[in-house]
Amino acid sequence: MTPTAPAVIAPINPLKRRGWLFWPAMAVLALMAAMIIFLIIAFLLGEGVPLIAQGGIFRFFSDEGWWPLEASFNLAPMLLASLYLTIGALVVATPLSLAIALVTTFKAPAGLARLLRNVVELSAAVPTVVYGLWGVTSIVPILNMWSPPGASLMAGILVVALMIIPTITVLTQSALQTVPRAYTQGAAALGVSSSQTLLRVVIPSASQGIFSAMVLGAARAIGETMVVLMVCGNIVQVPTSLFDPVRALTANIALEMPYAMGDHRASLFVAGLVMLLLVSALVALGEWAGMRQRRMRA
Amino acid sequence: MKQVVALQLDYRDLAWTGLMYGLTLAAFAVLLWPLFTVFSNGLQVLSWEFLFTRPTDAGRSGGIAPILVSTLAIVLTSLAAALPLAFGAAVMLTEGFDPEGWAARVLRCSLDILGGIPSVVFGLFGLSFFCRQLDLGYSILAGGLTLACMILPTLARSMAFSLESAASAHRVGGTALGLSRQSVLWHVLVPVALPGICAGIVLALTRALAETAVLLFTSGYSDRMPESLLDSGRSISVHIYDLSTNVPGGNSNAYGSAVALLLLLAVLSFSVHIITRWMQRSMTGTTTRSH
Amino acid sequence: MAIKTTSVWLVGAGVLIALLLAGCNPATDQAQAESRTSRISIVGSSTLSALLSEMGKAYEQVNPGVRIDVQSGGSSRGIMDVRAGTALLGMVSRELKPDERNLHNILIARDGIGMIVNEKNPVTGLSNEQVFGIYTGQITNWKDVGGDDLAITVVSKAEGRSTLEVFSDYFGVSYREIRAHVIIGDNQQGIQTVGGSAAAIGYVSIGSAEYEAEQGAEIRLISLEGQLPSTESVASGGYPISRELNLVYKEPLTEQARDFLTFARSREAAELVSRLYMIPVTP
Repeated sequence: MTPTAPAVIAPINPLKRRGWLFWPAMAVLALMAAMIIFLIIAFLLGEGVPLIAQGGIFRFFSDEGWWPLEASFNLAPMLLASLYLTIGALVVATPLSLAIALVTTFKAPAGLARLLRNVVELSAAVPTVVYGLWGVTSIVPILNMWSPPGASLMAGILVVALMIIPTITVLTQSALQTVPRAYTQGAAALGVSSSQTLLRVVIPSASQGIFSAMVLGAARAIGETMVVLMVCGNIVQVPTSLFDPVRALTANIALEMPYAMGDHRASLFVAGLVMLLLVSALVALGEWAGMRQRRMRA
Repeated sequence: MKQVVALQLDYRDLAWTGLMYGLTLAAFAVLLWPLFTVFSNGLQVLSWEFLFTRPTDAGRSGGIAPILVSTLAIVLTSLAAALPLAFGAAVMLTEGFDPEGWAARVLRCSLDILGGIPSVVFGLFGLSFFCRQLDLGYSILAGGLTLACMILPTLARSMAFSLESAASAHRVGGTALGLSRQSVLWHVLVPVALPGICAGIVLALTRALAETAVLLFTSGYSDRMPESLLDSGRSISVHIYDLSTNVPGGNSNAYGSAVALLLLLAVLSFSVHIITRWMQRSMTGTTTRSH
Repeated sequence: MAIKTTSVWLVGAGVLIALLLAGCNPATDQAQAESRTSRISIVGSSTLSALLSEMGKAYEQVNPGVRIDVQSGGSSRGIMDVRAGTALLGMVSRELKPDERNLHNILIARDGIGMIVNEKNPVTGLSNEQVFGIYTGQITNWKDVGGDDLAITVVSKAEGRSTLEVFSDYFGVSYREIRAHVIIGDNQQGIQTVGGSAAAIGYVSIGSAEYEAEQGAEIRLISLEGQLPSTESVASGGYPISRELNLVYKEPLTEQARDFLTFARSREAAELVSRLYMIPVTP
């Protein structure tokens, strides 16, 4: 006997449907999360654009120098200093990170690999201000003996390199892990020595991922504030030697913000916008390269 | 029949392997150096007194009790503000919006950009929006809210990842039982994803505790015991910065504070772990290990 | 099944706009707010903030229920914040400029700016021309001024600080002409830097130099044109670079703030001033 349907099907009350509150609520939260970046850009522009409108955008690269109290706002020396710091830190950190990643992924016995990985993770958790403190008490005096004043581009490069080693190592490790075993096993079957396998098979195959790791490490380095504030000497100049003191753009904002008023303050917001653009470009590049690596293996 | 096999040392291979191990050793030593300095100098200073008394003499002597309280307040405020937003974003990314649709893409893109912004820029934003526009002044609340913006991408990304990785068997099974999407999410997927969410929160905490520049601009320098969220208060990292830069002779206490910070991180991570396990147990009656 | 995204976005946008409108109040006058919560906010020069922190703590001991927040931001910032109403009192470590005189001010101490070198440096005094030469990069080695054969590490302050302003006015060296090797922010940071480098020279507030030296910092004040900077020589007027330390405010003041100002000029406060090696002005 087939069951008979009720004569009237109860109308669905939308308010009684499960999830009537849940999904809109989640959507509102997600919307708020998405809005934050727009809020940030809006406020930065709001504070910085009046100054740009006043004198044009090129004055930030062609003024006489950085003398904010005299309306001279040349950001170029500080921007160059940030770039030199980042490139220098990459040059120092990448070989070391690559070595750690290769050793932990391919060569070391399990116990040693785990120890190395734990040390790297612990280093990643240390706050940057502690690296700055260590830099001031250990690195700067050593450099001071070599070439005063010690607080210089070199000190910044060394400490920032140390800071980004964990970042680059972890990302490189995951890139290396995507290399198919068939490659390494094939190379071994052909009689290729282990180091040549790593150099000529593994690294090229993971190259997109390694590039992505380097770029994301660079993004971290260029955004670093406390370390460069503490160990670089804070002189606004284009460095002619590695031992010259320099002032990074991020450190400048931190140094002068509490005391800045009016146009000076607006110029610091413009500097913030420049940093935002720079880091966003780097992060976009890094993510794009990382995606290509993952897609190649998919 | 004896066969003589000539052994040939591959010098090139040895050299490269030696180089790799050498670099690794060098890197290892260099990574350990700051950790060693911090612990050897800091452990001497650490004591119950140090953790529970107020700083005197600009922080050269005395302890860091008010600073620990301020730090906890700032971190808890930031978590309280960021968790709902991150959860909402993660849920919409995995279960709500069409993953290939424009809404999900915009959300993902804006979170990615947010995650890349350098901390000084957050400091500028926090100063201009929370402190000036919303008139919070230099306060723990302003600092916590700004930090919330900073940890949001990390939290959202790891929550979305954990929810996605929850095996489709759970999702499909729940739907087959006739559960609504909301019930499947809340009663099945979230408990399974909790260990991953816990790891994400710990990662976000690491970043939050390490932030200095942002808090300098938004929470100020005051080293007195805060009485409300609207009071100014310095976090441990700001204290370390102040001691090492502005207080001649403050280095040893700075190291002590650094060790205290690492201890705080360990304690908070452990608590988050315990809380998520408890949540899992109360939601489902069992616990699972993270994938 | 994807939620109807358009309707969700519309609802969400409406809620968000409502929240934003609610959150953007015009800033309330800080002074009024503070009189309700008994909070006195003081903003200004970092030279004075150490002193005012001590005074604040002492005042709070006797008056529970009051909270005194001291924030550094520079003398000009102190004046700006008092004018805008975001701070009750401003700390200014220089004379008021003519266009600042419409604010009320009380003098609470005097201080001077002295040159400091590392303890290990044998040089005990410099002339005005020598300091000018060092800071403009014309004199680069200590042996040219009677010291060891060591390249001079010149330490100067970041722009915006009134210590830099006073220094630059006295020696007649403009900001652009200063050739420094390390730029620092607060007085204490300068002391920290000079104490850590045997070849360094810097200029800081005399009070903080004497205080930190007593705490063990490895620095020494050197004489200028034969006059050794010290609290006595500044008080007597012998030492040339001296400056006023003022508190500025706007009328009307709350009762609490007026009471605090009276305290700032009392004998107890004068003791605190002397303990920090500045010169008190009350008899």
